[in-house]
Amino acid sequence: MLQEKLYDYLLHLGDNSMILGQRLGELCGHAAELETDIALTNISLDLFGQVRNYFQAAAQIKGGDATEDSVAMLRYEHEYKNTYLVEQPNEDFAHVIVRQFFFDVYHQLVLNELMKSKNETLVAIAKKSIKEVDYHVDFSSTWVKRLGDGTEESHAKMQTAVNILWRYSMELFKATEIESWAADSGVGPDLDQLKPIYLERVTSLLQEATLSLPEETVFQYGAKTGMHSENMGFILAEFQYMQRAYPNMKW
Amino acid sequence: MLGVSTKIEELLTSVSDPEIPVLSIMDMGIVRKVELLDNAYLIDITPTYSGCPAMDTIGDDIVSAFEKEGLKAKINLVLAPAWTTDWITERGRKSLEDYGIAAPRTAEVDKAALLGEANTINCTNCGSINTKMVSRFGSTACKALFQCNDCHEPFDYFKCLK
Repeated sequence: MLQEKLYDYLLHLGDNSMILGQRLGELCGHAAELETDIALTNISLDLFGQVRNYFQAAAQIKGGDATEDSVAMLRYEHEYKNTYLVEQPNEDFAHVIVRQFFFDVYHQLVLNELMKSKNETLVAIAKKSIKEVDYHVDFSSTWVKRLGDGTEESHAKMQTAVNILWRYSMELFKATEIESWAADSGVGPDLDQLKPIYLERVTSLLQEATLSLPEETVFQYGAKTGMHSENMGFILAEFQYMQRAYPNMKW
Repeated sequence: MLGVSTKIEELLTSVSDPEIPVLSIMDMGIVRKVELLDNAYLIDITPTYSGCPAMDTIGDDIVSAFEKEGLKAKINLVLAPAWTTDWITERGRKSLEDYGIAAPRTAEVDKAALLGEANTINCTNCGSINTKMVSRFGSTACKALFQCNDCHEPFDYFKCLK
């Protein structure tokens, strides 16, 4: 029972990074310029590396034929536990950067807490990942400032992206049953405690970037329990294609 | 460092990072433990970055280097303690510089460099300090891309990871 909950919690942690990593991977060869192309795909690679660590642990709990690949690739849409935020399409560079920034700040806060987890595997993964995610936060924050406080056009595009994406951010902090269990048992962070810090960090950086948060704060909750947006089906169609078409395929 | 025979150390030194061929995995500091158990060497290696795609290749390379000498090696990937650039040896740092990759600096210099403060990292081509950061992610996740303002050559800087 305990192990089942831990398995679910590992999916919570891994799925956000995996779906965001997949979204960033879509930009490989298509980003605004060569340097950002390389940066975004490197961030994607970091995220997938971290996901491998979570899912190797998850596969071990599941036992039998389970592998990191089967955990990642062979679930149905409603079994994925990522948030609406990371499912959002790339649209334009402003969307990519704002989505990244909203997630990075959350990700860094969560990893900082996971380093104190009662679960040793999570501590090891978090200590490894935080070094990478610190760079992600630097990267996305710098771009938010540069574009927000940039030209009239870049500012307008950034403000539009903030207005559209902000409504998905609060879901990160709406604890599911599993996340509450993790907090209560000292395995994961108490999301309620992280929320004010998150709001403070996001607001102050946006202010520096001459951007403002819209009043509307919440779209809806439910992605974390499997009620995904339409985007998710398209993401999975591409993501799972090889494993579904050629089961057990290996590189 | 690992308390192994010269032969084993030489074998491990002969394996290099596939993305930085001049750098041995020993100088990289990613071999963490070697143990002989039932005629097989159990070797702990740790990734530089979580998503480092070189780890599988490095594991395979170690196994085949040992096989050539008629020895058996088993690879175990460990995450903790997390790798840091402090584990790169002096010889490793020199190989990096000779290869054209600036070796990691201290955390403070690194931060200044990556925040875009000019004149922090020496050009590996001409040695000039008159350089600028082009992108904080270079050809791999562990490197940032710089350019020299004097000789105009681009070069990689191995980011400090503490």
